[in-house]
Amino acid sequence: MTSRIYSFLRSVALALTALSLAPGASAGDEGLTFGMLLVGPYNDHGWSQAHYEGGRYVEEKLPGTKMIYIDKVNPADRPGLTIPMVVDDLVDKGAKLIIANSDDMKDGVREAAQQHPGVKFIHISGDDVLTGKATDNLGNLMGRMEYGKMMAGFVAAMTTRTGKIAYLGPLINEETKRLAVSAYLGAHYAWTQIRKKPASEFSFKVSWIGFWFNIPGVTADPTQVVRNFIDTGHDVVLSGIDTTEALIVASQKRQEGKDVYAVPYDYIGSCDSAPKACLGVPYFNWGPDYLGIVRSVMDSSWKQAWTWNGPDWRDINDKDTSTVGFATGAALNGENQAHLDAFIDGLSSGKINLFTGPLNYQDGSVFLKAGEIATDKQIWYLKQLLKGMEGASQ
Amino acid sequence: MSRINRYLADTLLILVIVVVFTSLLLLLVGASPHEAFGHLISGSFGSWSKFSRVLNVWIPLTLCSIGLLYAFRAGLWNIGVEGQVVLGAIGTVGVLRLGIDSGYPMVTLFLAMLAAAALGGGWALVAGWLKIRGGVHEIFAGLGLNFVAMGIVLWLIFGPWKRPGIASMSGTEVFPRELWFPTLEGWRVSPYAIGIAILLILATSWILNHSRFGLNLKAVGHNPRAVVLFGLSPQRYLLIAIIISGALAGLAGGLQVSGIYHRLIPAISSGYGYLGLLVVMLANFRLLPIPFIALFFAALNVGSIQLPMMMQLDSSLSGVIQGACVLSALLVFGIRHLRSRGPGN
Repeated sequence: MTSRIYSFLRSVALALTALSLAPGASAGDEGLTFGMLLVGPYNDHGWSQAHYEGGRYVEEKLPGTKMIYIDKVNPADRPGLTIPMVVDDLVDKGAKLIIANSDDMKDGVREAAQQHPGVKFIHISGDDVLTGKATDNLGNLMGRMEYGKMMAGFVAAMTTRTGKIAYLGPLINEETKRLAVSAYLGAHYAWTQIRKKPASEFSFKVSWIGFWFNIPGVTADPTQVVRNFIDTGHDVVLSGIDTTEALIVASQKRQEGKDVYAVPYDYIGSCDSAPKACLGVPYFNWGPDYLGIVRSVMDSSWKQAWTWNGPDWRDINDKDTSTVGFATGAALNGENQAHLDAFIDGLSSGKINLFTGPLNYQDGSVFLKAGEIATDKQIWYLKQLLKGMEGASQ
Repeated sequence: MSRINRYLADTLLILVIVVVFTSLLLLLVGASPHEAFGHLISGSFGSWSKFSRVLNVWIPLTLCSIGLLYAFRAGLWNIGVEGQVVLGAIGTVGVLRLGIDSGYPMVTLFLAMLAAAALGGGWALVAGWLKIRGGVHEIFAGLGLNFVAMGIVLWLIFGPWKRPGIASMSGTEVFPRELWFPTLEGWRVSPYAIGIAILLILATSWILNHSRFGLNLKAVGHNPRAVVLFGLSPQRYLLIAIIISGALAGLAGGLQVSGIYHRLIPAISSGYGYLGLLVVMLANFRLLPIPFIALFFAALNVGSIQLPMMMQLDSSLSGVIQGACVLSALLVFGIRHLRSRGPGN
């Protein structure tokens, strides 16, 4: 009996040895291998999916290039994981360029870039190049979503009946403040200039959940926050978070008979899950920028830069040229569609510049004097929400 | 068969059950078990950098597990490890914050580790005190205290310790380099942390198996009523055991801060408290297997990142494997226990 057990165990041991000799990763074809760190799921219908599709776009345009991605890179989803560790792994697998898609990865990317001077890094939404904290193999890229958010705010204010618009914010930092402010400016413009209604009948409420997406037990639950918005009379909810809760809840409330809408964020296909509740979505189109970066790394012409690219005003929805776009939703009516087109023309020609003074911060201090136009840096490093908005600034 | 042989046979049997079960599961979702196990192994032991990541998980997991052993010896279920890890992390961050620009980084780090152990032990003492003075079962006290600890950490991150101008659950500001646990060039794990873990394993081995305290603790765990006859105070032993348990968990939390994350984050414990319970159960509540099982679990945790990266599989497979290990271990131990008592043996 014992000998039979032993022979059985021996064969198991052999099987395990065979397993340990399984194929490792192959790397180093002719094309470039680039790694992508996504903070959320690759199919989140939001922020991370937009990046994922941008990477796929590069693979399609440059045969031979290969993306290795890892999603849900955040300590709540992957306990014990840190950015430098994942980067080590991607570099082992042959990645010559690493794209990190979250503000949350800022410190980790900086550390990883120091450890791998031969690898290029792009930190999305960061400013380490501006602040001088980046080593020279680390660059920053961001889209001028301010325009997209102005359009989002615009369609919201054109559609609202109650005059109460809500903004589902992620965490509070300079980026999220400037995006919420942009949405407010677009909405305020539509309400007062197009609909010619008094500003006193308009309200814009911002609630922050504490992170880019829901982490049960840690952040506020975005589903509850949106329900609360709608139950307190807000009939259009703008999403500023990575995922689509605002649209889902608005759609559920519509089925209960409420006349409410949402504007999701980040990903061109966000409206698909509930088109009837969707006024449109301001989205990032990372493909063309990624393509340029990958090409420049391949031919060694890559240079460190802090890049903040806007829409291609000839056609903001051109998927080969425009970094930021706005996809109209099925719920936007024809008349408002025409107003939106005129608004986009105004932004494009520069006739409309909503970051023009007089604008005051929430605490009453001056952001822009009358007639003053904000510089890029003033917008990037926006200190507070503006007067007229409800919600926390820090 | 000798005891060691029997234990090895049991272990292999458990592994076989787990491998078969996991393979079936993989085949069910249309993935190659061969490839998946290959990635798990090469992803954890394939290079020094990967193995050092495994050690980074192994250290806190082992500390939590050996800490739990003290509590189990005294007959206590210290479910509160998770909270004790968190409190240890809070203690460390508190001291490190004071020590920024102090000019004495090593002293600061040392004090931070002491604070981690003290806060972890103190938090465990609360559970112990509730049991002895309030008659609250330590499982419920521990669970409750875990939630309270989580509440405290969220409050600190979003409130008093938040980054200037930012309100985010991402975590607090990263500490300057000199307050990171020192490591060597090309290492991703601190040799000091490895040293601490090994020292504490050896110390625990001596304390539990060879010291008078260890013997008494065992006696208290087996029969708290009888030990009174020998002049021992079971309550005192229970409290000391749970304090040691908490101190070790707290130390694990301190190392999570100073060695891995260099800041406070909501998920600072990485769930090692709960994972440690599985390790100890799988070890059949004995010290010797703990470092090895912890290494196995750590390797699974680290290696499983390869599954989504290389095979687009969900990495929760590592959790499935860990769970299957514990269940099949309980099964194997249970069957052996029944057979050793049954007829014809």
